[in-house]
Amino acid sequence: MRDRIWIIAGLALFAVVVTAPFWSERTPAKDLTKVPNLVLPVNQKDCVAPVSYMRASHMVLLLRWREEAVRQGQRRYVAFDGKVYDKSLTKTCLGCHNKEQFCDRCHTYAGVSGPYCWNCHNQPQTNVAGISPRSMP
Amino acid sequence: MNALYSVLVVLALVLAGLAGGRVEAGRAVLTLAVPYAALAIFLVGFFARVLRWAWVPVPFHIPTTCGQQKALAWIKPSKVDNPSSRWGVFARMAAEILLFRSLFRNNRARMAEKRLILGESKYLWLGALAFHWALLLIQLRHLRLFIEPVPAWIDGLERLDSFFQVGAPQIYLSDVIVLAALAYLLYRRFRDPAVRFISLFTDYFALFLLLGVAVSGVLMRYFVRVDILSVKQFALSLAAFHPIDPSTLNPLFLAHLLLVCTLAAYFPFSKLMHMGGVFLSPTRNLANDSRRRRHVNPWNYPVKKHTYAEWEEEFRDKLKAAGIPLEADDAGNARTN
Repeated sequence: MRDRIWIIAGLALFAVVVTAPFWSERTPAKDLTKVPNLVLPVNQKDCVAPVSYMRASHMVLLLRWREEAVRQGQRRYVAFDGKVYDKSLTKTCLGCHNKEQFCDRCHTYAGVSGPYCWNCHNQPQTNVAGISPRSMP
Repeated sequence: MNALYSVLVVLALVLAGLAGGRVEAGRAVLTLAVPYAALAIFLVGFFARVLRWAWVPVPFHIPTTCGQQKALAWIKPSKVDNPSSRWGVFARMAAEILLFRSLFRNNRARMAEKRLILGESKYLWLGALAFHWALLLIQLRHLRLFIEPVPAWIDGLERLDSFFQVGAPQIYLSDVIVLAALAYLLYRRFRDPAVRFISLFTDYFALFLLLGVAVSGVLMRYFVRVDILSVKQFALSLAAFHPIDPSTLNPLFLAHLLLVCTLAAYFPFSKLMHMGGVFLSPTRNLANDSRRRRHVNPWNYPVKKHTYAEWEEEFRDKLKAAGIPLEADDAGNARTN
């Protein structure tokens, strides 16, 4: 009977924790449903794979490229549309995309802080000027 | 049979999620009605259940003692396993909730060469501990989908969980552990005929439902990868009460969502309520001081008593005449032999 106050306090704490996503938002509600504003390359229309595949599975492709290029020495990649690319993160991917304005924006948004690409690779400085902002459709 | 029925129910839920994800009306129900309804049922049901328990009277301290009680000064008391103070109770509750102290005490009796052998049995404790901690970590990791911007500590948890950097997407240790632990807990129910005999539908259903949630999540991360951006967009829109058009969501995600919602809605009506109930275990959360402190039953009413002394006084003459020895002499003083 004397403990009821503690039980109710515990329940209140539990409710606060469970509903955290509902009250902890620091972003205005209308901005919540916006996806990250990605800067897409202007010099290229096509990627090495369709957009839907790249969005969900680019990490698998990158890992396979690493396996084949670094460990087996096969650097030639024939894309889905018949175009031939060099299996290279620095030359092919970062030749068009910018790390800060493309990779990092989604990765920060989705809380995927893991990838260790940048332990070895960095953003080549040459192509940054060639990119102008264009929002994702 | 119980196991089979619960598998069938979970499979039906998965199919409902997959099928519902392919038609517009199904998507609308699965992404709007179901999550809010499940959360409401979970919260209201959880509160109702715990508040009902809060009104159950606990007049006396009834701790099960698992160590030496505090007695004479020269006898060493077991302060945590048989607490006599509030801090001792706090430590015992912490050990129970965080480390599953009671399960650690589990033992097993078996016959070998016509002799009874009692031994320790830690596998249930290990499996349960691994499962619960992995599940907690998984739930905390999921907050990255509900909170924008993602707090640094959630990123830290994610890095810790993918510590070994195996593959891409990197394998989470908690995913491996939760699947292994659930598999063991299920195997445990099937292996021992005695445990199998006492296993009910709800025992299997909880396990298979959790397995369904874990397997669909693992599939979504490592095998049938879904677009995480649309998932986060959807989760944020749910949290902001501005649900978006769910047409970009993968049916597998909707199956995962339906399983999670089922788990949440089923929670208050099932044995899973031990989550709240563990805090209210009277044998764990009360100090063993029933000999040192007088606990008065709060709803005691005055009882009409007729003591032996009064009874003897009432029938004194008759007792005397019959030659029955009396406890008090004529002046009312107790006789000392």
